[in-house]
Amino acid sequence: MTMTLSTSDCAPYPDASSFHAFETDPEVMSNAPVNREYRLLTLAAPDHVLALCRPGQFFHLLCPALQEEAPFLRRPMSIYGIHRDRGALSFLYKVTGSGTRSLARLTRGDRLNVLGPLGNGFIIQPSWKNLLLVARGVGLATLAPLAREADSLGCKMTAVCSARSEEMLMSLALFRQYGARVSTVTDSAGTSDPAAMRAMLDPLFARGGIDAVYTCGSNRLLLLLQELAQDHCVPGQVAMEQQMACGLGMCQCCVRSFRTADGTIQKRVCREGPVFDMAEAVGW
Amino acid sequence: MVAELSSRIGNLHLRNPIMPASGTFSDDLAEVIDISRIGAHVLKTVTPDLRGGNATPRVCEIRGAMLNSIGIPSKGLKHLLKTVIPWYARFDVPLVVSISANDSESFARSCEKVSQPGVAAIEANISCPNIEEDGRAFAMRPESTHTIMTALRGATDLPLWAKLSPNTGEPAEVGLAAEAAGADALVVANTVLGMAVDIHSRKPRLGNIMGGISGPPIKPIALRMTYQCARSVRIPVIGCGGVSTVEDVLEYLIVGASAVQVGTATFINPSTMTTLVDQLSAWMQENGVDSLDQIIGTLRDDDVRESEQFMETVRR
Repeated sequence: MTMTLSTSDCAPYPDASSFHAFETDPEVMSNAPVNREYRLLTLAAPDHVLALCRPGQFFHLLCPALQEEAPFLRRPMSIYGIHRDRGALSFLYKVTGSGTRSLARLTRGDRLNVLGPLGNGFIIQPSWKNLLLVARGVGLATLAPLAREADSLGCKMTAVCSARSEEMLMSLALFRQYGARVSTVTDSAGTSDPAAMRAMLDPLFARGGIDAVYTCGSNRLLLLLQELAQDHCVPGQVAMEQQMACGLGMCQCCVRSFRTADGTIQKRVCREGPVFDMAEAVGW
Repeated sequence: MVAELSSRIGNLHLRNPIMPASGTFSDDLAEVIDISRIGAHVLKTVTPDLRGGNATPRVCEIRGAMLNSIGIPSKGLKHLLKTVIPWYARFDVPLVVSISANDSESFARSCEKVSQPGVAAIEANISCPNIEEDGRAFAMRPESTHTIMTALRGATDLPLWAKLSPNTGEPAEVGLAAEAAGADALVVANTVLGMAVDIHSRKPRLGNIMGGISGPPIKPIALRMTYQCARSVRIPVIGCGGVSTVEDVLEYLIVGASAVQVGTATFINPSTMTTLVDQLSAWMQENGVDSLDQIIGTLRDDDVRESEQFMETVRR
């Protein structure tokens, strides 16, 4: 599986038909709380932008300066929902800092400047029929569009969702709607630690019923899944985050280390990622 | 009448005075904007050998600006010569290669190696605060600037630009030293050395502890230094620091810059440079200005200078 493109491979000619990402100002359709910490933002995105969107990709949001919040840099946010039928693009986000606080203030009819879609999304090889999706917290948002695509490709899915507590588990109905068998683990129930999850996941791998594994949102989960996937020779992909400035690859801010055949190298999360081969990823 | 946006940096002709600041531009931008529309292509600094760059976090946001310590990750000169320079040959836009090194010998060797067909000018990054120990750089002092630029001048016949540092108390002297050593133009300036701390963890917010501030807040500093350099040297000066609006571009031109570099603004809006080209053209038409000559170096500082002289006379 090759997910990185060398500079020369992906270098396009300067004509608008080859543009991979667009800066647009879509209108906010809705922006409502999902639970105590998370909100769902839905934008009316143009068709030419939606047509390019792939699960695992992200948009770079120019969070507006409102009242006392004055975010400067754009904020990268993974795509939660791609709804070509109703011209909508959605993001699930947790309010944590000035950028997301300013996003939370947007209301229907406001405009938000977005740049995207950016980065490389998840890949589902045609031979992969049984997928395991494991995510924690906001990582669930990143895997949601993957579940939808897997469903449309006729894949069977097992989704394991992890959160601090029962009420922080999100998108369970969505994963079930896409036909996933959903299991939940939480810190409060003591079921989310690596030992407990290993005991839960190992039999799944051992039965040989998993063709590929996808994860996002937790270093502990990444390390656990790397071990399990390696033991059972199952390929995997991980969506990663890093502090980012340009989102296009120019600034080289958002690098992470990866173990490759050429040794440990650094790759840009925005450009070579945010989805990477799980086996190469180095925990953080 | 269409306004004439062209500018000259020595014998180098630019179709307009808008170009990227080194480190904020790459072929990646061509996926979002038409990069053939800008005045020059200025590449990210390349060092002689492979460099990994600094530890993460490499960037953090501060109020109205950003702080970075990327540390010049570099794929080395071989990659630049074999892959990068040939890629840009498809554009009819001057290609400016930025180089740096830790010592003058390898700096000069790099300068010689990148003096290749396809390269229109060399920008010597003698001011990166992130790769020298404790934020030090050649361009902080006139003597070290003269030494390094003399070595580089001896290594190339291409137009040679010196990218100066705002982290000096002697901007005009440093500019004069670069000119005396044979620089063909000055780029004024680079990021301003700074720092930020997370009060909860009490850790520096950058992996490298210190880093460079960029964005609109540094514009008055870089503009002042551009002015100080432009009135001191005879070679062209390129303004760089906090440019994000057409008014910023005009301010730099008025104080004497022949062109400007745009950096951090491109991170916020990738189309900033092409937008500025359009806005500059529109501004010139609206204001009946035919060419940049009618803007560059037209600061009306004579009255101020006379009053300064008067004050000095009175003090005596």
